[in-house]
Amino acid sequence: MNYPGDFMSTASEYLHRSKAYDVYSIRADFPILAERSNGKPLVYLDNAATSQKPRAVLEAMDWTYRHAYANVHRGVHTLSERATKAYEDARTRVQRFIGAADPREIVFVRGTTEAINLVASSFGRTNIHSGDEILITEMEHHSNIVPWQLLRDQTGAKLRVAPINETGELVMEEFERLLNERTRIVALVHVSNALGTINPVKRIVEMAHAMGAKVLVDGAQAVPHMRVDVQDLGCDFYAFSSHKLYGPSGVGVLYGRYELLDAMPPYQGGGEMIRRVTFERSDYAKPPTRFEAGTPNIVGPVGLAAAINYVEELGLDNIAAHEDDLLRYATEATAELPGMRIIGNAARKASILSFELEGIHPHDIGTIVDHEGVALRAGHHCAMPVMDHFKVPATTRASFGLYNTREEIDAFIASLHKVREVLG
Amino acid sequence: MSDLRALYQEVIAEHNKNPRNFRWMEDANRMAVGVNPLCGDKLTVYMKVDEQGIVRDVSFEGSGCAISVSSASIMTQMLKGKKVEEAERLFNAFHEAVTKDDPQSDLEALGKIAVLAGVRAYPSRVKCATLSWHTMHAALEGEEWVSTE
Repeated sequence: MNYPGDFMSTASEYLHRSKAYDVYSIRADFPILAERSNGKPLVYLDNAATSQKPRAVLEAMDWTYRHAYANVHRGVHTLSERATKAYEDARTRVQRFIGAADPREIVFVRGTTEAINLVASSFGRTNIHSGDEILITEMEHHSNIVPWQLLRDQTGAKLRVAPINETGELVMEEFERLLNERTRIVALVHVSNALGTINPVKRIVEMAHAMGAKVLVDGAQAVPHMRVDVQDLGCDFYAFSSHKLYGPSGVGVLYGRYELLDAMPPYQGGGEMIRRVTFERSDYAKPPTRFEAGTPNIVGPVGLAAAINYVEELGLDNIAAHEDDLLRYATEATAELPGMRIIGNAARKASILSFELEGIHPHDIGTIVDHEGVALRAGHHCAMPVMDHFKVPATTRASFGLYNTREEIDAFIASLHKVREVLG
Repeated sequence: MSDLRALYQEVIAEHNKNPRNFRWMEDANRMAVGVNPLCGDKLTVYMKVDEQGIVRDVSFEGSGCAISVSSASIMTQMLKGKKVEEAERLFNAFHEAVTKDDPQSDLEALGKIAVLAGVRAYPSRVKCATLSWHTMHAALEGEEWVSTE
């Protein structure tokens, strides 16, 4: 039994076509894209919320449940060893994918939110004290705001917020001004889910490290769109979710530099994360096990590894180029629409088009385009401070994935015309 | 497949563009703010109720989608001159019509707000249609803040 080699054979098919990015044959890998919605072909443009799953991911998980499922790191029986190997192979797969130095730097969690909470709770409570500062940005998702507010309230530390400008870019001079020797950690998003802005993470890491601060990067939107190398970025922690990367929901990754993880106390207590327990005391396991209390999501990482194989066979650079083309095409096409205002016009932007149509509420847009088979997101995108900044209650967001086409963008634009027709 | 026109009828689009009784009321003696934290919609409902328990005036302010604005606009038209008990009865009847699997209230008893009964087919939009009604109910109950969550 050589897992996941059984699936690598299907992966080799992708090798042949990766020379030319053939979006139509890629679409055939995603069973759900053949669905119809309200009698129309499904046009799925809500990829920043979550992405659809290729057959390779569904099959890898199905195969594991059928042939290699047991609890991990416990049994001496064959099935448990097989499950443990699949789970640990997935960890190594993730390590190589993001360029981490060691698989022990990869902690499996439920998702980006849990990864950030883990750092705020474990690293935060040991290293951040009253009078210390935490620096975030105005474009953060609630998941990179609230955990730091909780830590602030528990420790008496200060939470500082670096502002964004009218295009939705971080104001670097302000960021530099707010960064100081009291800053213990900088927590920022790599790619903004509400604006599409790509932050200059490498430069920010250099500035933060020069000031003695650690850096956590929320990479939930970045990892599906572009090549990420944590050692090249130089960050101390990097968090992302599987479900936005065409893998299953319920699993995510916290990358942490080993010496930092090794110095951190457990986040949750329980089975698996210990070496020895008596009623007087417990000795904790080394990372990453220390942070994986209880029976983990066993099959989730296997699905994530299959998703990573899938996107790497297509090529992250090819995916980025394809999505950039879609964004450019959509940005130009929507400019013709009366009353259109794009929220977020950063010079470096990834596959997200957030907008408002003058006089029409995003929820009405969402419902009407849904009738045309077009799935968009309407709301505050869990980034209420961004909405406040641009003085809108909500926006409508189209977000593009590796399987979207220009024809789908045409259908999206046609559906926006329909909105005007219905609501005048 | 439900027809989109059943939801966005012309009368709804028209009320959205020209909402009735869309104003602050200086001498209101009942008032409540309703919010839908999910979408950020926020409406304030003002009422003036006399000693006989008759709604003498009702108005609203705020921002929302076409469904919530038209529902509020139609509601203010319907409630003016009605007894408080009648306002509560309409609230219950409308709420049941759009939330119950097997609504007992007949559409005719709903009056003008029956145009919004089609929202039943759109579970994610029911809260938009009922926001102003919940807020009106809260104002009559003496609560000043109501949230759909």
